[in-house]
Amino acid sequence: MEYQGKELFRGVGIPTPRGVFVRSPDDVAAFIAENPGAWVLKSQVLMGGRGKAGGIKFASSPDEGRELARELIGKVLRNEQNPDGEEVKSLLVEEKVAIASEAYVSITIDRAAKKPVVIVTAQGGMDVEEVAAHDPDAISKYWIDAAIGFEPFIARRLAFAAKLPTGFQRAFPSILGGLYAMFMEYGANLVEINPLVLSEDGRVIASDAKVDLDDNGLYKHPELKAWKNEAPADEDQAAALATGLGISNYAKLDGNIGIIANGAGLGMGTMDAVRNAGGAAANFLDIGGGAQAELVKKSYNLVVGDPKVKAMFINIFGGITRGDQVAKGIVEALAGDDVRKVPLVVRLTGTNEKEGREILAGAGMNPVETMDEGARRAVELARG
Amino acid sequence: MAIYLDKNSKVLVQGITGREGLFHTQRMIAYGTQIVGGVTPGKGGTRIDTGNPVFDTVKDCVDATGATHTIIFVPPPYAADALFEAYDAGISLAVCITEGIPAHDMLKVVATTHGMRIIGPNCPGLVSPGKSLVGIMPGHVFRPGRIGLISRSGTLTYEIVDLLSKAGLGQSTCVGIGGDPIIGTTFVDCLRSFATDSETDAVVVCGEIGGSDEEDAAAFIAEHLPNKPVVAFIGGRSAPSGKRLGHAGAIISGNTGTPQSKVKAFEAAGVPVAERPSQIPMLVKERLAVPA
Repeated sequence: MEYQGKELFRGVGIPTPRGVFVRSPDDVAAFIAENPGAWVLKSQVLMGGRGKAGGIKFASSPDEGRELARELIGKVLRNEQNPDGEEVKSLLVEEKVAIASEAYVSITIDRAAKKPVVIVTAQGGMDVEEVAAHDPDAISKYWIDAAIGFEPFIARRLAFAAKLPTGFQRAFPSILGGLYAMFMEYGANLVEINPLVLSEDGRVIASDAKVDLDDNGLYKHPELKAWKNEAPADEDQAAALATGLGISNYAKLDGNIGIIANGAGLGMGTMDAVRNAGGAAANFLDIGGGAQAELVKKSYNLVVGDPKVKAMFINIFGGITRGDQVAKGIVEALAGDDVRKVPLVVRLTGTNEKEGREILAGAGMNPVETMDEGARRAVELARG
Repeated sequence: MAIYLDKNSKVLVQGITGREGLFHTQRMIAYGTQIVGGVTPGKGGTRIDTGNPVFDTVKDCVDATGATHTIIFVPPPYAADALFEAYDAGISLAVCITEGIPAHDMLKVVATTHGMRIIGPNCPGLVSPGKSLVGIMPGHVFRPGRIGLISRSGTLTYEIVDLLSKAGLGQSTCVGIGGDPIIGTTFVDCLRSFATDSETDAVVVCGEIGGSDEEDAAAFIAEHLPNKPVVAFIGGRSAPSGKRLGHAGAIISGNTGTPQSKVKAFEAAGVPVAERPSQIPMLVKERLAVPA
């Protein structure tokens, strides 16, 4: 969240507004009592567009601060992009900066170029994708050679190219250098300052902070694991982990046909096959490579746990995954007393196919031969 | 000679004594791959059950065996180091199976290991059917032949290869390029190699949602492969925006990575896009029947 990103900013010398992180209305009042002046109360949430959703308020006395904080903490912020909303649990109280100008700066990974890319525009405070769509010339980019790293000329070049007001120019190289150091140190997918503010009194300050970390790199910074714990848990990811799957191996979708496949590509291909047959997948589920019977059984239970599932299609092309283990898992899952049973179509081919088919036949099940056939059958069964 | 791999390629295995490494070493040997040895630090001087020697370092293994290819089965925190060690020892092609390597580790690797071809990471490897297999693919679905295949997925590759083989379309080389955001060898790199391969008559490109590799591939085909038929497939066409589906790179974010954009790009390049894998063999045959 913003307050955590700003802690990292200060660690690399990027100036941030004066302020304090709080979790209660009384803390807001106490802080304003000690530091009289005009303050901004900013809801700490992960969703974008919190200002328009009513998550930012202004206070200039302790009582006003307490009152507004009571309103904000516990409130669920919603907007068009985030219809489910997000509950506010904490606030950042910051000085109200008189803004002369706003810029945007971010560093992210360009997949195609395989390099970090710096993006700068003088149109700060806006959605950068919108700026890119409406005024692409206003955006300046520089691809950094990871073998060389950041040098100050990169910041100068970008500041001139993006036509940042002169007030930014002196501070910009050290701010961008700090941002790059942080991007590299924490293995971030994205670090973003939007807006980077030039104040009326000539200071350049990071008014907001966004940092997206790579889960695969978190082991290098155990102190940042708390970030993920504090974030509102994605229900799909939590369910995947509880089942023993990888974090992105399960995703709930809108249809009524449950899917289990081995491999991400086959999982996506199976969703597509179901759609081509006139149906819609209720989920994506990839049991991964080399799954044992127990994981198959748990995956089955996870999928039927979704009440909208009317039929299930298990599609396995065994490479490292063995057909007998998958068949055993299916039979064990169905043997459970309290398990909800839905019409089931199984397609099982590849490694240990013969053994798997024998196990299924012993339980009275007959696998289909192809993915298209299985999808068609599952769609028919879901229609009843 | 197909691409990247033939029956004379000498292959070493990094992480040869681990559970996965050992299991797949045995399968690769059974396929006919020339495995010349492996590396596990601290176990140098021993042998695995197949009789292959184990070395402490990649350099020792290369010096003793003349290995040119490596396959890496080491855990994510050590995978970048394994790639650097292979590069330092003069390896020319490295297949990295490991899933879960930090993207920044790979940024550093690809920025510095010039001259060494990297396949993956988070990939099933590559195979030149009937010659050699360096990966974790089930060897029995492949048939020797003249179709090249490039894919971001593992199991979907087996599905497509099985359909091709059953339709009498054998393969020259199949490359699983991997599902991560930062990979060594891209669709375009493989297409460039297939373009000049005299043993490949047509190429199947199996993409998926996320990133812009497929769009880049389409642009390359339009310009550089006028005479070699290409057929494409995009996995995840029914996927919703914003959900990461299994592969770290398989996500539609905003306007990038959408299936519509990829299909449009391929069609603009004259490349037919199969609606489902079962249509691929027919499309390949149709394209091969058109006089160049």
